[in-house]
Amino acid sequence: MALATENPTNLSPETGTGVIGVHGVTKRFPGVIAVNNVSLAFHPGEVHVLLGENGAGKSTLVGILSGLQEPDEGYLTLNGEKTRLASPSASLDAGISTVFQHSMLVPTLTVLENLTLGAPWYERPPRARIAARMEELKREFALSLPLDAITGELSLGQQQQIEIARALLRDSKVLILDEATSMLTPQGAQELGQRMQQLVKSGLAVIFITHKLAEAYRYGNRISVLKQGALAGELGPEELKSMNEEQAVEEIVRLMFGREAGATSTEHRASSAREETVLKVENLSTQGDADVIGLQDISLSLRAGEILGVAGIDGNGQKQLAEALAGQRPLASGRVELDAEDITRASVAQRRLKGLRYLTDDRLEEGSVAAFPISENTVLKDIGQPPFWINGIERPSLIARHARDLITKFSVRTPGETTPIGRLSGGNIQKVLLGRELSGEARVVVFNKPTYGLDLQNIDTSRQRIADIAGRGMGVVLISTDLDELMALSDRIAVMEGGRIRGVVENDGTGEALRLRIGRMMAGEEENRQATE
Amino acid sequence: MVDDVNPSSVDPEANAADSAGVVTERSAFQRVLTVTVGPIVAAFLLSAIILMLVGVNPLTYYGYILERSLFSGLGLEQTATRMAPLLFLVASLIIAFRAGIWNLGTDGQFLLGAVISAATAPLLVGVLPGWAVLVVGFALAALVGAVWSIIPALLKAYQGVNEIITTLMMSFLGVLLASTLVKLVFRDPTTTVPQTRTLPVADRLPRLFETSISSGLIWGLIAVVLVHLMMTRTSFGLRLRMVGANPAAATHAGLSVPLLTLATFGLSAGFAGLAGASEILGVAGNVRANWNPAYGLMVIPLVFLARFHGIGAIVLVFFYSALMIGSESAARRLGVPQDFTLVLVASLLICLGLGEYIDQHKRKKER
Amino acid sequence: MGGLLTEAFLSSLFTGAIVAAVPMLLAGLGEQMSEKAGVLNIGIEGMMLMGAYMGFLVAFKTDSLWLGFLGGILGGVLVAIVMAVLCVRLGLNQIVIGIGLTLGVEGLTALLHHFQFSRTYPRLPAPERLNIPGLTDLPVVGPSLFGRHPIVYLALMAVVVLALLYRRTNLGMTLRAAGERPAALDVAGGNVLGVRIFAVLFTGAMAGLGGAYLANIGAGLFIPFMTGGAGFIGIVLAMLARGRPLWVLIGSLIFGAALSMTTALQVAGSNIPTDVIQMLPFAAVMLVLVLFGRRAKLPSALGASYERGAR
Repeated sequence: MALATENPTNLSPETGTGVIGVHGVTKRFPGVIAVNNVSLAFHPGEVHVLLGENGAGKSTLVGILSGLQEPDEGYLTLNGEKTRLASPSASLDAGISTVFQHSMLVPTLTVLENLTLGAPWYERPPRARIAARMEELKREFALSLPLDAITGELSLGQQQQIEIARALLRDSKVLILDEATSMLTPQGAQELGQRMQQLVKSGLAVIFITHKLAEAYRYGNRISVLKQGALAGELGPEELKSMNEEQAVEEIVRLMFGREAGATSTEHRASSAREETVLKVENLSTQGDADVIGLQDISLSLRAGEILGVAGIDGNGQKQLAEALAGQRPLASGRVELDAEDITRASVAQRRLKGLRYLTDDRLEEGSVAAFPISENTVLKDIGQPPFWINGIERPSLIARHARDLITKFSVRTPGETTPIGRLSGGNIQKVLLGRELSGEARVVVFNKPTYGLDLQNIDTSRQRIADIAGRGMGVVLISTDLDELMALSDRIAVMEGGRIRGVVENDGTGEALRLRIGRMMAGEEENRQATE
Repeated sequence: MVDDVNPSSVDPEANAADSAGVVTERSAFQRVLTVTVGPIVAAFLLSAIILMLVGVNPLTYYGYILERSLFSGLGLEQTATRMAPLLFLVASLIIAFRAGIWNLGTDGQFLLGAVISAATAPLLVGVLPGWAVLVVGFALAALVGAVWSIIPALLKAYQGVNEIITTLMMSFLGVLLASTLVKLVFRDPTTTVPQTRTLPVADRLPRLFETSISSGLIWGLIAVVLVHLMMTRTSFGLRLRMVGANPAAATHAGLSVPLLTLATFGLSAGFAGLAGASEILGVAGNVRANWNPAYGLMVIPLVFLARFHGIGAIVLVFFYSALMIGSESAARRLGVPQDFTLVLVASLLICLGLGEYIDQHKRKKER
Repeated sequence: MGGLLTEAFLSSLFTGAIVAAVPMLLAGLGEQMSEKAGVLNIGIEGMMLMGAYMGFLVAFKTDSLWLGFLGGILGGVLVAIVMAVLCVRLGLNQIVIGIGLTLGVEGLTALLHHFQFSRTYPRLPAPERLNIPGLTDLPVVGPSLFGRHPIVYLALMAVVVLALLYRRTNLGMTLRAAGERPAALDVAGGNVLGVRIFAVLFTGAMAGLGGAYLANIGAGLFIPFMTGGAGFIGIVLAMLARGRPLWVLIGSLIFGAALSMTTALQVAGSNIPTDVIQMLPFAAVMLVLVLFGRRAKLPSALGASYERGAR
């Protein structure tokens, strides 16, 4: 692990500047200080982990290093010399390549075209040269890509490999990987970890951004912890080597959250499941197409007071399942029952009236209308219903009062109910949407990634709310890509892959073993095959 | 398709300020002043420079227009009369734009509405009571206008085909079809110039009081105000606005986006048809072949300048009508073609866009 | 109708088809590049009209058709510069500004033409022709295919050149990246705004040339509002051609044929109103859109302005 000492030819870490230095950098956005006086040095031969929760300033730092944003205060150095990265191309010229959290490939172009993107327009794509280089990369780093495939048709893992390959083709000195494991299976993440170690051995500096503690320890040579935009602490290679995983995680948790390990709400919730079945899904299938995965033969049942977790790598049909349940997506076949009543043909509005609620993961694009005030957003799913509308005429004062109640009850932080919802933070939008879904008589609530992108405090309260909802006897379908969350809250966990349910496991709290089982299913192995082994 | 370019997403801030209610209304009002008055002055200056380049004294020209259209009784009456069809078009476009639909085909819908009302109304005189003749004329015009939008509406709602192109194409088709109908089907056999039968002056929309102003003005004003209230104060209007602002959210909330899209087209095109009827049944009395005032495309900038706000649009329509009346007269008296109004409107649009850009940047800095 | 199929009729039909197709071809090729790069260039009608005006004016004053074409290109580019600055650089709404520019140019050219020529519409002398002995003398197709002004062949060559550029160089993929996912091009070191501005200016040049052709070759004179929707048809051609220059050519020829039916039928002495025949191309577009509308896939970032790091 101590790669820094295995590469004596590199700039010595002790010089304090490294290949890139960040010196007292501050970046402000309207209403927030995203990065606050941060100084860091990145060294060749090291996987330098930037660890922090959502909103800790990691992405802004990535933006600054990749030339998308410029610091308001402070400066960057390149090999000890002060430098300015005013644009992405300046950053690339400085030898910094970034693999962004969200794919920065053009889906309609071929792999080869994406690899050469940014080259002068009048040149011909150097196909032969790139093919030769790709052969080298295949040998060195086990990167193997079909050059003429359409990028959008490849898996997310392969797409990420394209971006890494692109960085290597540019002979980058620094490779930034922003939340690179969020789209990968546990096994895929492990492969990436190994690849990062191979890369730093060849002399690169790798900056690995994550919010997952275990990954930070496993793949990193140096860990810097960011908290609310500021550097909360750093664990150097020597320190890390001297710790075992448990000690390291404990120390990181202390740095990140300022409290002792174990306090992260990972303890298993006591079940509140009752006998009666509230939601039953039989052999549900939907039509897929080039952009959208189809569901195949999904069968589920949910009891009152139960939380059914749905695990899986993003994009394996979880969203389509939620939409099919909510009535937003037409079924090709199958049957859905709510409280033993057939609702297969019921519309979104009818299902909502019967008590089936769906909290979308896409808060801004689907859950809310950004330009509309909070007040209107709280009633968007009840347009035309009394008491807010009488004979189709809006009653603004009632809607405003309803919105103010919701704002108080769910402690939404906002100047008022007339503020356009798009101006709120993700956590506060989430609260408004949750309040909207829970108004009236809910029987089953489908949550799609309810804590994604929230800060720690909001994650905790959201999870508590979900547990409360189940405690009050409602059935909960909890879709999440965060296994810890599912294992903390669920009674059972269904694992989706490729539009199918690969298996449903009882959440018996068996920790690592269960995690591994789920991981295998996420990779597409059937649970029953697993059982016969 | 080009879902990104939908009119109601053009200025979400303005929309937001619009619906945000009392708290922000004052500051929004001040902002509108600063981003409206400045650009208007700039646009008039820019146009003045162009006038000077062709050797016309801009002061004389502007002065003449003011005097002719606003400071003379007859001019004012003409201005008010001209407003009627423009107001119906404003109503048409407010519905479409607030619902996120680019109905660029109002010219065709307008002309077909005009032709059908000119073709039927004179035949009904004497058969039906006077008011019924007018009602039938208006109703048919609305119907025909709406029918002319069916293909773009269906294509947009169920195939996602960009309505900018389809409505434009249907507009060209509609203009030519209207002309063909006048020449071949509805031609008045008693005249040598191809035109429809003429509705006698006595049977047209009554005039207001002792003036020559057509009461179409009143109906146009009512249409705009009703549409404005519908879009801002009713559940139906909110549904349309939601589809316009965020179709994904509308689907999520259980709204039928295709059906609401069809409704938007139908209503918008229907009002465009009414605009045509108001011009025929109120003022012209008949349609001559190849007549095409092309009000539709002209009103689009006005509705944008008013930021889809009904009252604001009424004010702008008033000034624009004055400009039209004045420049038509100036074309005869000062020899400046009335096409100059196009230059003025275009510079307004561009200056206004620039004003908005400057405003947004200022506010970004403030935050 | 049997008398229609005379040599005079067919000859004027072929001739007319090509004469009418070239402006739409040029506009369509230009618009295609803008659309690839993510700019819906509604202002193309204005660019064409300015090209027609400037093209005619220069040709009239200098007695040189070639200088006229240069003037047309310049006119189109001038309007395109305004479009590029407002819509690409400043990110203003492409449709509103596009409509505004078209209206403005309509007014401006009518105004200028009025003050220069009053109500007279002076004509240019008949254009020189490229006569290829033997071929030009072929019946029916001869004069239409081989007796045209060289600019016609240049327009046809543009189809081939653009197709090759799109296929063989990075140009095509750079444009597509700017239209599909501008952020991806930006972080890969490309210049999104640069690419888009280039595309809009190219559209202006092509549309301007098309307009100059319309005035100098097609009509031989300038009339206010003379483009009459040719630019809009260019937009449709670009939409339906799905990025391929050859399809723009095929489309424009179909349109050209429909338009030239008007004159051909008049030559044949038909009494169908010209309005009916003029409806043909628009009806054809609608028919194509009804049949294939779903397949007219447009770049996903079309019409959306790009701002780096916008969150």
